[in-house]
Amino acid sequence: MPISLAARNVSHRFRNVVALDDVSIDIPAGRATALVGESGSGKTTLLRCFNRLVEPERGQVMVGDEDVREQSPVSLRRGIGYVQQHDGLLPHWRVLRNVELVPTLQHMPDYSDAARHALELVGLPWAQFGSRFPHELSGGQRQRVALARSIAARPGVILLDEPFGALDAISRAELQESFDNLRHDLTVTTLLVTHDLAEAGRLAEEVVVMRKGRIEQRGSMRDLIRAPATDYVARLIDRARAGLEALRA
Amino acid sequence: MRLWFQIRLLLIATMIAGCAIPIALAAQRQNRSVVVASKPFGESYLLAEMFSQLLESRGFSVDRKPGLGATEIAFGALRIDAIDVYPEYTGTGLIAILHDTLPDSVAADPQAVFAHVASRFADLYHVRWLPPLGFQNTYAIAVTRSTASRYHLRTLSDLARESSHLTAGFTADFIGRSDGLVGLSRIYGLRPRAVRPLAPAVKYQALASGAVDVIDGYSTDGLLARYDLVTLIDDKHFFPPYEAAALVSNRLDSQMPGAVAALTLLSGRLDEKTMRLLNRRVEVDGEDVGRVAGDELVALGLTGAVHAAQAAPSARQSGFVEYLWDHRATIATLTVRHLELVAFALFAAVIVAVPLGLGLERTRRIAEPTIGALGVLQTIPSIALLAFMIPLLGVGVAPALVALWLYALYPIARGTYTGVRDADPDAVAAAEALGTTPTQRLLWVRFPLAAPVIMAGIRTAAVITVGAATLAAFIGAGGLGEPIVAGLALADTRMILSGALPAAALALAMDGTLAIVELLVTPAHRRKQFWRRRTEGPSG
Repeated sequence: MPISLAARNVSHRFRNVVALDDVSIDIPAGRATALVGESGSGKTTLLRCFNRLVEPERGQVMVGDEDVREQSPVSLRRGIGYVQQHDGLLPHWRVLRNVELVPTLQHMPDYSDAARHALELVGLPWAQFGSRFPHELSGGQRQRVALARSIAARPGVILLDEPFGALDAISRAELQESFDNLRHDLTVTTLLVTHDLAEAGRLAEEVVVMRKGRIEQRGSMRDLIRAPATDYVARLIDRARAGLEALRA
Repeated sequence: MRLWFQIRLLLIATMIAGCAIPIALAAQRQNRSVVVASKPFGESYLLAEMFSQLLESRGFSVDRKPGLGATEIAFGALRIDAIDVYPEYTGTGLIAILHDTLPDSVAADPQAVFAHVASRFADLYHVRWLPPLGFQNTYAIAVTRSTASRYHLRTLSDLARESSHLTAGFTADFIGRSDGLVGLSRIYGLRPRAVRPLAPAVKYQALASGAVDVIDGYSTDGLLARYDLVTLIDDKHFFPPYEAAALVSNRLDSQMPGAVAALTLLSGRLDEKTMRLLNRRVEVDGEDVGRVAGDELVALGLTGAVHAAQAAPSARQSGFVEYLWDHRATIATLTVRHLELVAFALFAAVIVAVPLGLGLERTRRIAEPTIGALGVLQTIPSIALLAFMIPLLGVGVAPALVALWLYALYPIARGTYTGVRDADPDAVAAAEALGTTPTQRLLWVRFPLAAPVIMAGIRTAAVITVGAATLAAFIGAGGLGEPIVAGLALADTRMILSGALPAAALALAMDGTLAIVELLVTPAHRRKQFWRRRTEGPSG
């Protein structure tokens, strides 16, 4: 079951640097939302508030109908998928065991079937890949395993923090495509952090542009292009477009 | 609050482990035999052996602890009743222990010095000097006969006059002592061209080969005669009398008067000429100490022939291999003891330092200071550490184990902390984000990934401990250091090697064994890489 996410008047500082400045946002269940912005915009901090990797100084963070502070971080995180930029696979565990991690933590009786199914979903047949070690895979394959690990226990939400940022262009495009297919097969709420507007437009139904800890604009990619709310959003779009123009020339 | 709780846990764990060893070993001190010790030089070994055989002939059981570190360790042990008797010299007692200076009239009279030292020791330390054995063993400043005739040297004043032409080779002990070079320079104006610190075992060879011109010896040294040396006369009576006597612990004195009476039988029975002969048999001819001591006791009519030398005569000319074969049982026993010392100390260090390293990873603020403090322990010279521990733990296995344990902590704690701290940060972060508990992360991720680094620390500690355990001999704990210390004292190379070679072999074997363990604990993915590198060769 997809779960909605919400932040209400959330503020946070690291030492004296403002990371989030009174941010409020509702992310409806089952939708894919992208947080876009440059480094220091607060997008990753906001993402990490939802699984309590960051405890904001002020404001309320909701997962489903519950304030995150009402659950222990450990049990909260077991119900939320998570993919980070560098795969973070346990290097001494074989692929199948890595994917079984969260199903095992949740004491699922069919943890191994769940892991095998997840591997199939990300395009890695378990019979072929399950018994390999992470270092025996390519970077793209490793990131697919990380993705499989995040969905194996069928979470209602997946948080992705620059999940394709460390990949070469071709692996990245392939993985974006698999992810897009996958997301439509599973019914899951997705929150994606990326600095790449094109990626956001491709994978998410709704784009949230962040800058200096605040939300600049929120809407579909079409809305953003048609009516950028601030100069910053307009410049962001121009720059993405200039990148594409350069390829056409 | 939580941090403090964790620090307290660490401290308590360290303290429990630190106390467990000595408590477990304390029982060992409860035996009723007479503990006879010596300092690490030939004459001291010989006298202690005579004490031992004399006591055994009177029905006492004897625990021999020969070659204790130096004056501080031997006397420190006697003071706390960790040993019962060892041979000491009045001059050493006066200067090195009491730090007294006497008026010249008293200092020149051996009987007056003995009376002074004996009464001061009784008052201050409740330790008793038995009546002197009958000879003096003072410092003997010696030169070769040719040097003596070339510079017309007969007295120390002559030597001082010519000293700017001469190179001195003195033991480190003599250079630093106020009754050594320091005082000689003051009283006689001795200013050698150069002073080389030499080990007792090599100074005679250094003099004979011309590397140095003048050395410090003992007046009863067997080697003085062998090299045909001239002992210079102390014309200003600088050296105090060094009368040899048995120094007896308070415990022996009060609890075993029979043993004290037996030891007193030797008083006044040994003169300087006899001692020089006996020392020569041990130091020059390489005769067994037990045999020489036994022969003399028989000659003095103190024992029957039964107690003379059980050991076969081993002429120094026989080959090294033969020597090893003859002493195989002893060497095996010492090797086992050595291994026990290393194994117990290492095990205790692993039990403490691995959890400590893991705990420090969770309390990183105190990690570096804590490990730094353990590192400082490494810089304490082992003899100093051993001497420091005598008042707390006496002599024997307990202080040696604690010292070895302290030295082994640092490499293991450092390896554990570093290994766990630096374990694949992405994997650790992902495991946290997916809902593992801190304990699960430690057991599933950090610890297995750090295992090879931890094992490397344990390997380092093991090799260090095998080496350091040879020093346990200075404190009467046995092990392969025993023949090394005795061999150095008796100038017997084969004896030194019979301890040094097995110790080296033990270090290599230990390192090899732990290398295999290290491979076994290496996580599967790294081990696979290891084998692949092996099979595919450089192109892979």
